[in-house]
Amino acid sequence: MSFDVPEDCQYRESHEWVRATDGTARVGITDFAQDELGDVVFVELPAVGDELATGDDFGVVESIKAVSDIYTPVAGTVTAVNERLRDEPELVNEDPFGEGWLLEIELADEAELEDLLSPAAYRDQIE
Amino acid sequence: MEYDQARWTDADRYEPLLAEKSTREVAVEDGPLPDDLTRDSLALPDLSEPELARHYTRLAQMNYGVESGPIPLGSCTMKYNPSFTEDVAAHPKAAVHPDRPARTVQGTLELCHRLQDYLARIGGMDAVTLQPPAGAAGEFTGIQVAKAYHDHNGEDRSSVVIPDSAHGTNFATAAMAGYDVVELPSDDDGRVDVDALEAAVDDDTAALMLTNPNTLGLFERDIEAIADVVHDAGGLLYYDGANLNALLGRARPGDMGFDVMHYNVHKTFATPHGGGGPGAGPVGVTEDLAPFLPRPHVRKETGAEGEAGAGNTGFEYYDPAHSIGKVHGYYGNWPVLVKAFAYIARLGDAGLRDTSATAVLNANYLAERIPYDVPFGPFHHEFVASAGDQDAADVAKGMLDHGVHPPTTKWPEIVDEALMAEPTESESKRSLDHLAAAFEAVAGEADGTLADAPTRSAARRIDQVGAARDPQLCWQGLDLSDFDN
Repeated sequence: MSFDVPEDCQYRESHEWVRATDGTARVGITDFAQDELGDVVFVELPAVGDELATGDDFGVVESIKAVSDIYTPVAGTVTAVNERLRDEPELVNEDPFGEGWLLEIELADEAELEDLLSPAAYRDQIE
Repeated sequence: MEYDQARWTDADRYEPLLAEKSTREVAVEDGPLPDDLTRDSLALPDLSEPELARHYTRLAQMNYGVESGPIPLGSCTMKYNPSFTEDVAAHPKAAVHPDRPARTVQGTLELCHRLQDYLARIGGMDAVTLQPPAGAAGEFTGIQVAKAYHDHNGEDRSSVVIPDSAHGTNFATAAMAGYDVVELPSDDDGRVDVDALEAAVDDDTAALMLTNPNTLGLFERDIEAIADVVHDAGGLLYYDGANLNALLGRARPGDMGFDVMHYNVHKTFATPHGGGGPGAGPVGVTEDLAPFLPRPHVRKETGAEGEAGAGNTGFEYYDPAHSIGKVHGYYGNWPVLVKAFAYIARLGDAGLRDTSATAVLNANYLAERIPYDVPFGPFHHEFVASAGDQDAADVAKGMLDHGVHPPTTKWPEIVDEALMAEPTESESKRSLDHLAAAFEAVAGEADGTLADAPTRSAARRIDQVGAARDPQLCWQGLDLSDFDN
């Protein structure tokens, strides 16, 4: 089975993706992660304004199989969370890189992006 | 024989709730609360006694229990609970108030003392507390006792080692007690890898938690070497009594080198299990750990001549010297303990030996009969088969249509699509053949058919995703037109 690994994202080993533009980044979990979890039934996210440090668990994704922490790929301040996930957690399964995004971060240090995995490196990890 | 479970429906839905059958508005008198917090009337169920009796009978008919058929749930030991133990527990003399002075409830204390002794003898332990109210509570008590023992000896140990095939409660117990968990990989035979154990154990190891036979139904043959590795590092050996049914009257954890153990009386000694609880999880320890047991504990009277208790003919409560304190109100879940006592006393030594022999024979017979691959073995009281290309959950749902309860599924994870079966000694050969036939029928089904199963049981496949995404926690919030199932 092959999973979607978009070229315009960077990745953390723990299966989060980051799409950075002009000092801010959108964060979600990967296609591989949503497939492993199965049907997502609940997503717990931080509040706008929260400061997240790299590697912190910032929320929880709950499926009928498992409850998993989600980790901050890059440090920064939360500027938006995906409110739609409150009522439609299935978006994480249906469109993990699009409508199923989790939150947006104003990056504390853009240089941190260089520590993330490239699409090719992440693809190697999951295949 | 084709199976159809009793299924009571009304207007195409399950047996309605009492309040849906008939209600009557009842006026509520004025109370001290503000008007905006109170109602003027309440709608209460309005039914005659026979209507009420029929409602509960219908629900009972749609239920499935070990009195309906076999429940081969691996690791659960769902044996039949003989009904005479209920009579004994319901006897008025078994119901004494726990606040009564010890002198006036000597029979109760004697029963506690004898049950402590029975369990100690069965497990090869020196002292047993009856207080923990369930298996997981027993684990927690046992690990707290081990921790208190290390603390008392001035030892600061931070980790507990647990095999990857262990019950999830072991990991939770260690974490709740404040320990770091070191997970131990199984070897190719599904047993503890002694080399890996040596690498994992050090002077930070407080205990190794082990089930023997393990979750795959395999006896840990190297148990003496395992005990030496742990003891040489100054750690303790904890025995999870989940699988004690396999050993009754034949081998004792204490003789294998275990220092602490819990007994699942709801598994091994036929007291109510799960929703039929409450349970009880007595904990046994060696002499060195006895001073740390919960208080109070029951012993024979120790009074010197001229004092109360002189003559040592009666029984008394006492607080062990370095007790970890209480782990439950009073003395534990008393009626459950009375049932366990009655079960052990009725079977005796010979009966307990028969129990383990029959349980092991039944598991091996069933393992031979079923068409699924069983990667490990020979086994003790249970075995783990693999559903192979089938989804283990679909296999389970399919078995429901044959009038049997399915095995435990998808666990332990070291076997793909695990089907973990433990028929217990309760099942006859005829019953085991019926179980095997259910496995055979489902193994022959194409995947697509199983996705629709069950179709002959009272409840059909549950919408787990819908229930989790959109939980309806109050019946008044239900849209009853959804119940067209």
